[in-house]
Amino acid sequence: MEILTKVHAKHLVDWGRRHPEAYVLSADLTASCEADSFRDAYPDRFLSMGIAEQNMIAFAGGMARQGFIPLIHTFAVFIYRRALDQIAMSVAYPNLPVKMFGFLPGILTPGGVTHQAIEDIAVMRALPNMTVLEPGDATEVESALDVAFETPGPVYVRQLRGEVSRLFDKNEPLRLGKPRKLSSGEDIVLLTSGICTEEGIRAASALLDKGVRITHYHISTLKPFRHPEIVEDIANSRYGAITLENHSVVGGLGSAIAELMAEAGAGKPLRRLGLQDTFAHGASRRYLMREYGLDAKALIAAVENVTGERFAIDEASLAETYTPTLHSDAKPEAL
Amino acid sequence: MNHLERVAFGIRRRALAHTLSRNGGYLSQACSSAEIFAALYGRVLRLKKLDRPLAAGRFTGTPSHGRPTVTGADFNGAGDPSCDNFILSPAQYALVLYAALIEAGRMDEASMEAYDIDGSSVEIIGAEHSPGMEVTTGSLGQGISQASGIAMARKIRGETGRVVLMMSDGECQSGEFWEAVQAACYHRLGNMIAYVDMNGYQCDGKMTSVMNLEPFDKRLKAFGARVRRVDGHNLKRLTRLGRAPSADVPTFILCDTDPCRGMNILTERFPKFHYVRFTSPEEKAKYQKFYDTMSEVL
Repeated sequence: MEILTKVHAKHLVDWGRRHPEAYVLSADLTASCEADSFRDAYPDRFLSMGIAEQNMIAFAGGMARQGFIPLIHTFAVFIYRRALDQIAMSVAYPNLPVKMFGFLPGILTPGGVTHQAIEDIAVMRALPNMTVLEPGDATEVESALDVAFETPGPVYVRQLRGEVSRLFDKNEPLRLGKPRKLSSGEDIVLLTSGICTEEGIRAASALLDKGVRITHYHISTLKPFRHPEIVEDIANSRYGAITLENHSVVGGLGSAIAELMAEAGAGKPLRRLGLQDTFAHGASRRYLMREYGLDAKALIAAVENVTGERFAIDEASLAETYTPTLHSDAKPEAL
Repeated sequence: MNHLERVAFGIRRRALAHTLSRNGGYLSQACSSAEIFAALYGRVLRLKKLDRPLAAGRFTGTPSHGRPTVTGADFNGAGDPSCDNFILSPAQYALVLYAALIEAGRMDEASMEAYDIDGSSVEIIGAEHSPGMEVTTGSLGQGISQASGIAMARKIRGETGRVVLMMSDGECQSGEFWEAVQAACYHRLGNMIAYVDMNGYQCDGKMTSVMNLEPFDKRLKAFGARVRRVDGHNLKRLTRLGRAPSADVPTFILCDTDPCRGMNILTERFPKFHYVRFTSPEEKAKYQKFYDTMSEVL
């Protein structure tokens, strides 16, 4: 599997060259949010706003009214928690094209409770006019900016930084509202997002070897969220649906699919994996994924629970044998 | 070295030790604020005496219904009406706080073996379960508001203990900070005293290149606060101001400091001091060598 670094930083500079109306606004986390290359390339289009997010967001609203495209860069948690009323009144209500890039979502940061955005999707999804995206690999990190730009109105992107795996063909970018079907099977429908998709791929491959056939969707658009085809797959599945997300189980991917299932009357069980309505704490990503059940192992345990079987899949083989290779939604069998 | 100078030296040395052991840390914050913490824990804070240094435990869960709350306030011996509260506003200074607690004999040295280890309460950026942390801060600008609320409550109850706040200069860029100053002056919270580490740098670099705060003392005075501006490495001044009688408005002690103080080696990183991560074995070896010379001094 290919691992890339500073994917957003490079794309932002390249994209910025073609979009002179785009300005980057930063709240003292410029290099931490991969906006330093843009700042160095186009210093006149970089606005340092200090540690003052409420002002930054409403200020961006003002610029957007004048025809500019403000690209907010800071940690995910500092966007929606620190400036929610400003987002709602100065950006979402007037439906302005402010594009917000929130980095280190969920338990990706060791910074503890103050730094962990665990309910950002829930909050942003509830705002009218808001579009919510969550890239899951390097290809999607590269294309999220283009989608955000082409989508009218405000967009919130739960962005990945640093080292990012490439799971999807680089010629198959993120498309608004389009899930990726990574595998097909009649037993269970699995929905994953963000960093959890890699875990889902690992678990689904290992389970396939044990005879459990899973339809696996990767979701990168959390809002809008309209998927009759997924609900139909769930209705037709043997055991129902499982969701896995780097977010609270309240208000995120699990809730979004629950809403669709309920509206369609898809009478199947749904299990939501993610942070079980709890805050987290400061520790490494791998440790927190294990502690809060966000990894392949937790997914396998959930499948064992719904099927009533035990598969004896050991951890070492999960890591070695089932690390995903390059693949695309056109070739689900290659997984 | 006199006692407080030794404490300040010890804070820098311990911060460097753990930056080395974890290959990263908030080191320049220890350099700029070592004297502030030494003065606070050495002479300024009126804290309950502890029989012996406490041990930091594992992380046992976030505050929740039906779960006993583990609080870092125990290390400050909080709870007595005549004792001070100590609120650390920038939780990024947690390593400095831990080092100060050891130097003050309030936390045992062995607890630092768990620093930045998965499952430990001794986190890089602490929360209220971490040693010495009385409230959860670090979403910058919120410390002073919480401290003001505590000061208000203590004023209403007529307690003699004060609320002593340690702040960074960067966080004073936030709107909430100014809302808090406005409210604390309006409600005449003379029982609150804030030490601000004015090291002049933030994550992106020199503060004046990110967002200007000056003339900070004049701005604060215009809001109605009592303001003192001092050399933040002058232990005598820091101590004397912290022991002076309260006014009927909050007091801000603006401490002008140097983010490389006592660790000249850091100047090579200009203008980015916010977080030190060694990028090569050579660089780390250089800091290790510096650490060895520091240890010889003791």
